[in-house]
Amino acid sequence: MKWEPIIGLEIHVQLQTKSKIFSGASTVFGAEPNTQASSIDLGLPGVLPVVNAEVYPRAVAFGLSIGAEISRVSVFDRKNYFYPDLPKGYQITQMDKPIVVGGSVQISLENGISKEIQITRAHLEEDAGKSVHDEFASSTGIDLNRAGVPLLEIVSEPDMRSAKEAVAYARYIHQLVTYLGVSDGNMSEGSLRCDANVSIRPIGATKMGTRTEIKNVNSFRFLENAINFEISRQKAVLESGGHITQETRLYDPTRDETRSMRSKETAMDYRYFPEPDLLPISIDDEYIADIRKKMPELPREKAERFVNNYQLTKADADTLAFDPIIADYFEATVNICQDGKLAANWVRVEILGRLNKDTLEEKIIPVPSTELGKLLNRIKDQTINGKIAKEILDTLWSSPTFNLDEYIKDHELEQLSNSNALEPLIEEVLKQNPKQAEQFRQGKTKLIGFFVGQVMKETSGKANPQQVNELVLKKLS
Amino acid sequence: MKIDNEIVENIAELTQLEIAQEELSVIGDKMSEVLALVEEMQAVDTSGIEPVSNPLDVTQTLRPDIVTSEDNREIYQSFAPETRNGLYLVPKVID
Amino acid sequence: MMHNESITEQLHSLTIGKYSSKELTENYIHRIKQLKHLNCFISVLEESALQTAADADQARYKGKVGPLTGIPIAHKDIFCTKNIATTAGSQMLHNYIAPFDATVVIKIAAAGAITIGKTNMDEFAMGSSNETSYYGAVQNPWDTDRVPGGSSGGSAAAVAAGLCSAATGTDTGGSIRQPSAHCGITGLKPTYGRISRWGMIAFASSLDQAGPMTRTAEDAALLLALMAGGDPKDSTCIRDDVPNYLEYLNTTLEGARIGVCDDFFADGLEAKSEEVIQDALKIFEQLGATTKSVKLPHIKYSVPAYYVIAPAEASTNLSRYDGVRFGYRCKDPENLNDMFKRSRSEGFGDEVKRRIMTGAFTLSTGYYDAYYRKAQQIRRLIKNDFHQAFNEVDFLIGPTAPQPAFMLGEKTESHIDMYLQDIYTIAANLAGLPAMSIPIGFSSKLPVGLQLIGNYLAEGTILSAAHQYQKRTDWHKCFPMMTTSESQR
Repeated sequence: MKWEPIIGLEIHVQLQTKSKIFSGASTVFGAEPNTQASSIDLGLPGVLPVVNAEVYPRAVAFGLSIGAEISRVSVFDRKNYFYPDLPKGYQITQMDKPIVVGGSVQISLENGISKEIQITRAHLEEDAGKSVHDEFASSTGIDLNRAGVPLLEIVSEPDMRSAKEAVAYARYIHQLVTYLGVSDGNMSEGSLRCDANVSIRPIGATKMGTRTEIKNVNSFRFLENAINFEISRQKAVLESGGHITQETRLYDPTRDETRSMRSKETAMDYRYFPEPDLLPISIDDEYIADIRKKMPELPREKAERFVNNYQLTKADADTLAFDPIIADYFEATVNICQDGKLAANWVRVEILGRLNKDTLEEKIIPVPSTELGKLLNRIKDQTINGKIAKEILDTLWSSPTFNLDEYIKDHELEQLSNSNALEPLIEEVLKQNPKQAEQFRQGKTKLIGFFVGQVMKETSGKANPQQVNELVLKKLS
Repeated sequence: MKIDNEIVENIAELTQLEIAQEELSVIGDKMSEVLALVEEMQAVDTSGIEPVSNPLDVTQTLRPDIVTSEDNREIYQSFAPETRNGLYLVPKVID
Repeated sequence: MMHNESITEQLHSLTIGKYSSKELTENYIHRIKQLKHLNCFISVLEESALQTAADADQARYKGKVGPLTGIPIAHKDIFCTKNIATTAGSQMLHNYIAPFDATVVIKIAAAGAITIGKTNMDEFAMGSSNETSYYGAVQNPWDTDRVPGGSSGGSAAAVAAGLCSAATGTDTGGSIRQPSAHCGITGLKPTYGRISRWGMIAFASSLDQAGPMTRTAEDAALLLALMAGGDPKDSTCIRDDVPNYLEYLNTTLEGARIGVCDDFFADGLEAKSEEVIQDALKIFEQLGATTKSVKLPHIKYSVPAYYVIAPAEASTNLSRYDGVRFGYRCKDPENLNDMFKRSRSEGFGDEVKRRIMTGAFTLSTGYYDAYYRKAQQIRRLIKNDFHQAFNEVDFLIGPTAPQPAFMLGEKTESHIDMYLQDIYTIAANLAGLPAMSIPIGFSSKLPVGLQLIGNYLAEGTILSAAHQYQKRTDWHKCFPMMTTSESQR
């Protein structure tokens, strides 16, 4: 049977703040255990939470960037459960009235198509502490430095149909929150963690299958592996006549498998209710407008501008605007070569094509946009042709520090556009291929490509293909 | 609403309280009495009434994003049941 | 005698040098020892109190005088006190030394007061008789076979017995007013949020409010002015300026409109108490006030709404007592689950556990709307009722408790009977209104309290009414006849 995976993600993004969401303890990563756990984070008797003002502009900026509705009144709730790294026995979160409601993002998939992913909600909450299981033989150690770190939990609709799509979406969110300055996006320090809800159903079915939730995955590669493992596992279970249990599973990267979390097996009843220690938070249109004003241009706005200013297709514009680094690079290139379409084509195909996808977390383009701009200028002024330019780009990619014009001159890469130099070459090619010449004259005009190719080969690719084309036609008519 | 033993056991699990088997019905009965007392509420039509979650109908003040807490680990752990290497210790958690 | 003077009188005596703060404190310490059987205190801070008293005398000599310099005050053991045990009346916190002071404690100390001790209370403030305390019941100074009321029973009894100048208390459903009534003292629960809750161990967050327990309304005004005010550490604390309550006190009752609600005099109110209340009403009329009957149609649902909301909030406020970071941990836990369960089951008393479970039930899936949400909606209706009433009257008057102090052990078997002790006091907590109890007479030699309920932030109105009444009457000056612990043996 053919199966269709259905995937939704809950992404926990750590908001970039100096102090915690409800206390004045530092959020700096890597401190000695429990040295950044204040009386409030520890949940000592008699303490009360007070909300950090800086979490709101960040959550609102994120909401605006995905076209969501910003709740004018949002309310914190208590989510009750016992766990040793949850000091109060409840987590302060937002259940009924989250700050961000709805919205969507456009993600680009490998083959250049884009897909819209709907976002259900995004809400503010506090992080829990960390359990250290391997330091002591018969005990678990609890470090509460993370307890109370501000998080924005972004919940998607189950709109993804493969692990690749899920990863593309997670990457998009990662880039967006980093771009907005909502989060530092440091994955190795746990600033972005994903829970994936995975189910499968027969293709064509409308009813959802039973889902499992994979908790706390903190790298894109693990996310992809975990989802793929889970899809295969569910297929195997269903195809052998079994059924899927709704449960929480943990991904183990060393074994590349997910396994059921026994400790969470007992049916949870979180008993949500409004946090009585905090009052509802009201924000008005003016507050939101103010945040909007301070926000950088958003990918969707940028894409629109690219279409209008540079006459790009919507697909090209979306791809280029998707990532702020690529977008800036593209615009800097256009500034030099003054040709939007040419620059778009080169950045999209040549630059993005060369970027190893795995390094997207830290995107570094080795060729400065100034160099690419110059290279494109040399194409425009017909000094070199496109093929040579691609070869030069390859060289630039590995050693970007040379003078482009000197390099072209030294390696005699200038385009041959001189008819006097090209005509003898063309005549020679026609002479050596009389059969094809005859066929061409009899109407097999497609052979023009063959002749141009032969000439290009003779010139080590330096001939101006346009001009060769014209000259061949002239000779054969 | 009658609170039977099953409900008491379930609630005891949620609240992490240990209730001896013979105590279940005693506690269930006491809880049932309280629920009978509060049952009168159901006579009131509250459709469309906004619940009060706090008697102050005002909104939240916020705190500036400043680090104000110092490291008080030594003091805070002086009254902790069990700590080692700066960590609070609990019996081994098995996931 | 110095121990039954009001703070105002004591400050005068200290100023004119009639006695020193050290003498005043020594006298109280002596009395605390003599009347140990009342069991008012969980901790007595003899050494530090005497030291602070000596310092206060020095300060007074140098002319550095604050509004409470040298006055010994007791704190309910629900307020965190730095480096001093803070137990909330529970075994759960038997070994807990708070690492910080509650805002109330800081403010009272900053005014120059001496912390003389921490008073006994119902465990986590859950009770109306002070019998749920892990540290034993408190005896009523007027009749040691009777309860002092609760949950601030230790504070009420200590003030009534002349063991401190005044005490702090907390009131979630009547825990300041009801014991004040039973012990014949003045107790004020301010508007919700008027006093910071920082450092006050939570019972039910949206209902809890600290307040003063004193010999007179004037003392209550003095203390309230010092305790009240915004606190950046408490999001729910009211930031409005604190009025000078003492200035309000001399407002006459001429033309004041007093509301009386029939529901306050329903079945269940003891006959003699009702008689005493009617007498008090006559005094208010003689002072120039008019009375008017008001309707509070939803007030009869106060008890049901309260016994959903308070346990629900308590059930989660008390989840932090898990044996991990502080407080009681069971011996030799087998595993994590065993540690959680036994620590909590052994550390909490029965009433606390019962409320945690009832509260958790009303919040659980399938019941939330029928119980918790419903109760919060009824709370809105009660609020609206009061809002209507305050369009017509300046404050409301009624009983504080359905009858005077009952016998120790009389109601421990029936928790529902115990819950109904708060029948008159709960509505003010649900609505968040200021309310106070003042002594207005006796029923069978036991004090009877009158409750005054004011509009939001109108503490000044009820304090001045109480003060005017106390200027006219002497009930607040009555002092119990007591025998010492020695002679009791």
